[in-house]
Amino acid sequence: MTTAHEASARPAVPPARRSTAVTLTAGLLAALLLCCLLSAGLGAYSIPLGDVLASAQHRIGLGGHALDRVGESVLWNVRLPRVVLALLVGASLGCAGALMQGVFGNPLAEPGVIGISAGAAVGAVASIALGLTFLGNWTITVCAFAAGLLTVLLVYALSRSGGRTEVVTLILTGIAVNAFAGALIGLFIFFADNAQITQITFWQLGSLAQATWPKVLAVLPCAVLGLALAPFYARKLDLLALGERPARHLGVDVERLRMVLVLVVALLTAAAVAVAGIISFVGLLVPHLLRMANGPGHRFLVPGSALGGALVLVAGDLAARTVADPAELPLGVLTALFGSPFFFWLLRRTRRKQGGWA
Amino acid sequence: MRTLRNLFAVRGRQLPVPVSPGDPVAEARGLRVSLGGRPVLDSIDLTAHAGEVLALVGPNGAGKSTLLAALAADLPPEDGEVRVCGRPVTDWSAAELALRRAVLPQSAALSFPFPVQDVVRMGRAPWAGTDRADEDDPAVRTAMAATEVTRFAARPFSALSGGERARVALARVLAQRAPLLLLDEPTAALDLRHQELVLRICRERAAAGDAVVVVLHDLGLAAAYADRAAVLHDGRIAVAGPPGEVFTSALLSGVYRQPVEVFPHPRTGVPLVVPERAS
Repeated sequence: MTTAHEASARPAVPPARRSTAVTLTAGLLAALLLCCLLSAGLGAYSIPLGDVLASAQHRIGLGGHALDRVGESVLWNVRLPRVVLALLVGASLGCAGALMQGVFGNPLAEPGVIGISAGAAVGAVASIALGLTFLGNWTITVCAFAAGLLTVLLVYALSRSGGRTEVVTLILTGIAVNAFAGALIGLFIFFADNAQITQITFWQLGSLAQATWPKVLAVLPCAVLGLALAPFYARKLDLLALGERPARHLGVDVERLRMVLVLVVALLTAAAVAVAGIISFVGLLVPHLLRMANGPGHRFLVPGSALGGALVLVAGDLAARTVADPAELPLGVLTALFGSPFFFWLLRRTRRKQGGWA
Repeated sequence: MRTLRNLFAVRGRQLPVPVSPGDPVAEARGLRVSLGGRPVLDSIDLTAHAGEVLALVGPNGAGKSTLLAALAADLPPEDGEVRVCGRPVTDWSAAELALRRAVLPQSAALSFPFPVQDVVRMGRAPWAGTDRADEDDPAVRTAMAATEVTRFAARPFSALSGGERARVALARVLAQRAPLLLLDEPTAALDLRHQELVLRICRERAAAGDAVVVVLHDLGLAAAYADRAAVLHDGRIAVAGPPGEVFTSALLSGVYRQPVEVFPHPRTGVPLVVPERAS
């Protein structure tokens, strides 16, 4: 071993890969900022971009000027909570998808597909239908979290055998869990009164229409905690791609990692589901596209998916409220409309790679 | 609450101390292992010393891979104990054990298409945060050169052939630079040239002071490269010792239930094992 030769060591990550990550991050951030500004300005009451910026500057005390009373109210009490909620929900969904795929070692794992969202939804619907308010504003979120956690554990236990998760087992488990959750939701709707049914139905379609600051506050702790914890486990998720035993041979306490990540996934899914209902495929689509662009390394993928998820949801919500103006499309319907064909394509591709399912 | 704290706790690690040739690195004492209620290994006593290549041979189902897994602390013993670097394996944390032993599994799988160099670099993960993290780049490069995988460093793992994957997996294990190497059939998917290459690497690592335990099917390879061979038969060690002494036609014919001839190579004197065939 020649020391001189070793001194000219290659960088840990090839420069090309690292610069792609930087470019992607910058691009995503720029697009996200643009979408947020557009989303804040566009709508039934249009606010020019300059005014949005001026009002924001005014609020944080950097000059600018306040808008008239209506404009100020629309911007700060209607649009911005909605944008912030879309950011939180999107980031949670994208990040949860990336984590879940890493934990299951399977690119098709996604909270919506395998039934975690539906499980969390059971908790949320139950709390609406039973009129629970024991934790005030946070009741729905907490119920969604508890039910979501239970569902992740269940799916995990059911879909693994011999330390692996087969695609078929995973998807079939998802069908079973989704069906059962659907039945439970149906039961709760059956026992709910008319006002509750209306609330549940709208919530189920997946929408950010009822965004308010209290709602933002209701999911903020869950989402922020989940998003803050996730990147710390990126390296270990890389190792987990080798399989459970090899990961353990490389010093990963696999049981511990799995429990922590299941908790984090439940937190993130609950945060998203509690306010926005079931919005599927974001957690599938975003990590997958990023993997194609920058490889499967989780150190970029996990935070990148949060960023990408936020972008998709802010843009999606903007589209949902403006395409069919003055009516508003449910966001969940829109993401499913674009997500399902993508999921189908992904299934086909995975099958081709594996040379069939059985 | 305590489980939560344990879940997120950062644990201290004890770094390995250098071993000198002849020191026991891995030991099994009175080891018994059952899988699904069926005893697979019984009364195993075996020691791998620093500086030697120890081959585990035997027919299918004799318990070679199970013994390797038990040494790797993958399987809990029903009775007896396994010690690595002087301590029972259960006393080490996963992170500490990873600094002491590297394991090559029988089949290399990967859930996501990481490029080859990233896969090899995963072998360096145990050293993150220690002084020896400085060795990361040379360790990865040396391991890739030794296993001849540098050529496809940037290709995704999923695009490789079986033999190429096996070599990449071996490169990852070598990059870990642990004093104990446990290799489960490293030559199974390889062509003639690469089989020799892998066993030469085993010898080099042993010469550098590591203990190498390797499961082999090819008795000729075991005879040529191992310092000692342990012949497993129905979950027990039938015999262990230098291949020249333990590879006798009587023993091997009995263990493999197949008449074999053992004779010295005309030039090197290394025992050759050939099944008896009607000419």
